[in-house]
This record gives sequence, structure tokens and C-alpha cells, in this order.
Amino acid sequence: MLLTQQILNGLLDGVYYLLIALGLSLIFSLGGIVNLAHGAFFAIGAYLTLVFSPYLGFGGSLIAAPVSVALLGVGIERVFFTRFYRSDPILSLLLTFGLAMVAEQGLRIIFGAPPLSYSIPPALRGQVAIDGFIYSFYRVVLIGIAGGCVAALWLLLQKTSFGRVVRAGVQNPDMVGALGISLQPYMSAVAALGIGLAGLAGVLLAPIYAVHPAMGNEIITPAFVVVVIGGLGSFWGVVAAAILVGLVKGVMVGIGYSAASTAAIYFLMLLVLLFRPRGLFGERITRFD
Amino acid sequence: MSHHDNFTRRRLLKTAGALGVASGLGAPSILRAQSSDVMRVGHLTPRTGFLGPLGEYAVMAVDLAVEEINASGGMMGRKIELLKEDSVNPQTASTKAERMVERDKVACIIGEISSASALTIAQVAQRTKTLFINTGANSDALRGSDCKRYMFHVESQNSMYVKTVGRSFLRDNLVKGKRWYSLTADYAFGHDLLRVAKRFMEANGGQFAGDDLVPTDATDFSAYLLKIRDAKPDFVAINLAGNQVTNFLKQYAEFGLTFPVGGFGFDTALAWAAGKGSFVGTWPCVWHHLVDTPASKTFVAAFTKKYGKPPENQAWGDYIATKIVAQTVNEIKSADSTKIVEHLEKGAKFDLLKTRPGYFRASDHQLMHEMYAITALPENQIKNQWDIFTSSPAVPGPNEELEVIASTKEENSCTFPT
Repeated sequence: MLLTQQILNGLLDGVYYLLIALGLSLIFSLGGIVNLAHGAFFAIGAYLTLVFSPYLGFGGSLIAAPVSVALLGVGIERVFFTRFYRSDPILSLLLTFGLAMVAEQGLRIIFGAPPLSYSIPPALRGQVAIDGFIYSFYRVVLIGIAGGCVAALWLLLQKTSFGRVVRAGVQNPDMVGALGISLQPYMSAVAALGIGLAGLAGVLLAPIYAVHPAMGNEIITPAFVVVVIGGLGSFWGVVAAAILVGLVKGVMVGIGYSAASTAAIYFLMLLVLLFRPRGLFGERITRFD
Repeated sequence: MSHHDNFTRRRLLKTAGALGVASGLGAPSILRAQSSDVMRVGHLTPRTGFLGPLGEYAVMAVDLAVEEINASGGMMGRKIELLKEDSVNPQTASTKAERMVERDKVACIIGEISSASALTIAQVAQRTKTLFINTGANSDALRGSDCKRYMFHVESQNSMYVKTVGRSFLRDNLVKGKRWYSLTADYAFGHDLLRVAKRFMEANGGQFAGDDLVPTDATDFSAYLLKIRDAKPDFVAINLAGNQVTNFLKQYAEFGLTFPVGGFGFDTALAWAAGKGSFVGTWPCVWHHLVDTPASKTFVAAFTKKYGKPPENQAWGDYIATKIVAQTVNEIKSADSTKIVEHLEKGAKFDLLKTRPGYFRASDHQLMHEMYAITALPENQIKNQWDIFTSSPAVPGPNEELEVIASTKEENSCTFPT
């Protein structure tokens, strides 16, 4: 019974990484930018929740904070990312590494280093029992919102003309250009989406995680692991990898090997890279070969 | 900020970021000439990383202490010039300590929170015969196998934390014949604390229902919470560190678990971060802002006036350490580290803002002083974001020796290297 609960919890746990990892994967796939600052946007989302909540409540912050983070993301995309689309990914990696530090220090200057308090809104507290499995009501809501966003993103990428251009841009940007479509506005939109999702994750996790300036660092590494395991350019690969990572971690704790639960994720990544260097469902992207 | 020419790229980027924010300010180029009318004191503590939040309180407190000391005449008539640095990690801490001693000629070094960094600073202190006062590192080993003649400890050792809060657990009948579930941070501090906690449990007839090591980068505790719920322990014992305590408390409340909670290592900043409704349990503290003595109230008022929020226990440590150094130098009319060490070893008494003065134990240089066990207030009794707990009376009680909560020679023995 406990193991079943741990498996279920592990499956759900993966959803947190998903919101971060999907954005990372999208931005890298289309622009070739390895966005190490993604965790910083997550942290900014969490801090904005604290700023907006007294005026808008948690519900209002749920919209306002990710939108603000997305706008900030577009600004950064316009000013910085746009100069690095055609260059070696190592350069954008250095840039975003620097951005991440500036953002963390900025949060420290504005809000102070000690973690700030924020609790689950009263309406979302309590437990729900689903077929004998008692689980936090807040997490059920969290997973519902995250799942909805993932589904909406999939529909956007698969079923709209916007999505078709983005997917074509991932495969062959030159051909898209030859067809007379400028990828520039699409890049801005993808940055807004990806970074906005990171902001949303920040809002959703602020009530249950300590809100502090370095919180982005805590989530960025597992998110990268998820992207690597899932494979670049693959939507479902990232989804599957996020769930797999959550599952492996949860089960390791469940069976009494908690000390090795983090190491297990890296071991999983190692195995995947050994046998499927492109990731579980990684697509072949011509320009990265 | 310090003005060392430490132009690593990280520092450069940080500086660039800071300058971007404070645009319009001129470059802070201060030429520091060696002069005889100031006395330099080094302050080293982690200001980034998972101990950074506590380090910030340490820095605020040492600034306040130096301000007060300088306003009342300084040390031997000379003003204190404070050199402050982020100790980052054990290697960097050691390098920076060495530079403070060799190049900047500091009279002593105060600070640190990480037990690992405290050890490397102590090695520099011992080699260069410079006084180092540890204000935040807890491990018993620093007062035992790794003890140093030039290192003194204002921070309590793990044994003192365990014995202090252990009294509350014994009083509340949470030990004898009870089953505990413990979560322990998987690094030196956690292991040391778990060892001391297990000794306490065995001596008092308790046992463990479960015992998990938690990786230091773990942020989600749901898997552990399901295990705890399933094990139905009588008590949940937390040996976590830093933000992990906050994460745990928030998620413990989220999952609606109601087993009594407590821990052996704690900082009030973590309680404040968990906040009303999430902060539960009973925890040990070297000091807290509600300690009811006139001296404490004066300190809290001065700190709150300067920074807009009350000090937490780490602030007390660095504040008191700085005051101890100034008082000693003024009393013995010398800033020579060896002379200070001799004076402290003789059992000099110091006002610690508590009900009775304290002293350093000569055998291991641990400050003997009163501690407190704090207990979270029920949500409906909380009036503001800071006063969210009640405190036990000082431990040990007025009729006991201060040493009763410290480790015995058998538990932890120190032989100073010559």
C-alpha cells in the first residue's frame, strides 16, 4: 500500500519539473539558447507572488505573476538572446549564467537573503481522499493547473498555425526563412511562453517551498536532467522524463534509499545517455548534428 | 562590502550587477593605508549559498556591534575597522582568512556558520597564532578531535542543543518507550547531530521507528511525509539544516500531519520563513528576540531600529562575540591574540544579554551559557510575524551549573595541539 502511494506520489512529483523543463526545451530547440537563467525566472515568479498577493490574492497572482515574468522574458529575449541565436551555444550559456547571478543578487538586494514566509491560501488547504489514498488538496490543484498548461501548450504547438511555424523553425530555420516567414516574433513568443511557465511554477511552489533568492538553483539542475533524459525537441519525451525522474526519486525514498535518491536521477541520466544519446524520444535535429 | 581587489569573474559579475542597480554611484575606490589609529577586525561568514540567509543576520549584527563599540571609545582608544568577506566554502574561507591575517593584519577573525569552513579558518588561526571566534558552527568535533588553542566558540555545540531541547521532550513524555522518526541532513553537520541525538535516545529509553538521510539538495518532502504518516511515530525529530527545515515545516502542514515535531538544530529565521500556520514543534535556541532581560531588550530595540526587523539567534552570536573581543582588549590593554587566549582561558566572565554571565570553558573553549527551548504558538494566538513562539525558562535553571548541558570529557574530549 505504501509503495503504491509512493509510486503515485512520484508520478505527481514529476509535474513540478515539467513546467520548468518544457520551457527550457522549447527555448533551446528553437533558438539554440541554453537558458541557465531559467531557474531565476522561477524564483522571480515566487517573489512576485508575495508582492502581488496582498492586492490580488493568490488567484490574481496566479495570472499576474507569470504574465509579468513572461514580459520580463520577452524583454530579455529582445535585448540579449536575439544576439546569440546563430552563435555557439557556449556563448549563450555564459550569458545566461551571468543573468542568473545578476537576478539572484538582485533578489537578495531587494528582498534580503533570509527566506520569506508564504502559506497556502486557506481555501486550498486540507486533504482529499481518492480511493484510500489521502493526498494534499493543494497538490491536487497544483497538478491540475500544471497539467492544464501542458495540455494547452501541446494543443498550441500541434493544432495551430503558430505551432506549425515553431515546429518547422526547430527543424530548419533557414527553410522557414526562405518561405518568407520571419522567426523573430515566434522566438519572442516562445521565450514568453517558456519563461512564463517558469514563473507559473514559481507561483505554484511558493506556498510549499521556502522562498529565497537562490531557490532557482535548486530546481534548474533536475530540470536540465529531465530535458537531457527526455530528448531535445520532443514534447512527450520531456513529459515522460519528468514523470520518470519523479518516480525514481519517490521510489528510492520509499524503499529506504533516500540518501541515494538524488544520485539515482543522475545514474538514470547516465544510463539513458549510454543507450540512447539523443534522449528517450529525442528527435533528430539537423542543425544540431 | 569589502574593497579587496578580488577580481574573480564571479565577483566582477556581481559587481556589475550591483552597479547596474546603483547606477550613478561612483566606483567605491577607497585607498586603505595602514594607520595606527584603527584596529582591524576580520569578519568571515557565508553570505551566499544555503547558509547565506543566516550570514546576513551575522553581518547586520557585527556592523551594529562595531558601531556601538566605536561610539563608546573603540578598542584601546582606537576605532575598529571591520573587514567583511563572504566565506563561500572551506577552501575560500581558508584563503580569505590567510589574507586577512597576513596582508590586512587583523587583530582577530570573528564569524562562520559552516562547521567545515570553521575548521579551515581555525587551521589558519592556529598556524598564525591569531584569535578566531566561531559564532555559528555547531559540530562537536570542532570542540573535540579538531579543537584548536586559538579557536573559541560562542555558538553552542550540538551536545548543548540536544541536552537543552531534550529536557523539554523528557518533560512532555516524548522519549521513554516512544518511537521516533527522524530526518537527517546528509552531510557532516547532520551526521554529527544524529550521533548525539541517538546517544540521547538510547540513554533515555526511546527508539527509532524510522531514520532517513535526506540529500542536501532535496526540496520536496512528500515521499518522506507519506512514510512518516505510514509509520505513525510518537514523535518526528528533525536534524535538517537551513532552508530544508522551512521546506519541511511548510509541507508537513500542507499534508496535515499532526504527530509532535521537534528538532535538535534550529535558527529562528527558519521559523519566521515557515510562518504562521506552518511553524510547529519545539526547538533549541542559543538566544531569541523574546529573551526577557533588560540587556536583550536594548539589543533587540537597537537592531530593530537600524534594520526594521528583530535580530535572530545568529545575530546574537556575532554581536556578542564582537563585544567580548572589545571588552577583553580594553581590559587587558592588549590586542595580542596569545594574551587574549590566556585571559579567556582563565574564565573571564562576560555579559551575554541573559540572566547570568557566561565564560569560556578552558578545556575545550566552548562558551558556557544559558540556552532556551522554544515552542510554536497555536495559530490563533499569534499576533505578528515575529512573535510566533513561546520560550522555556533559561536552561540550565538558576540552581544548576552552566556546564550540565555541555558534553562531558567522555563524550567529547579535546587535546589542544601545541
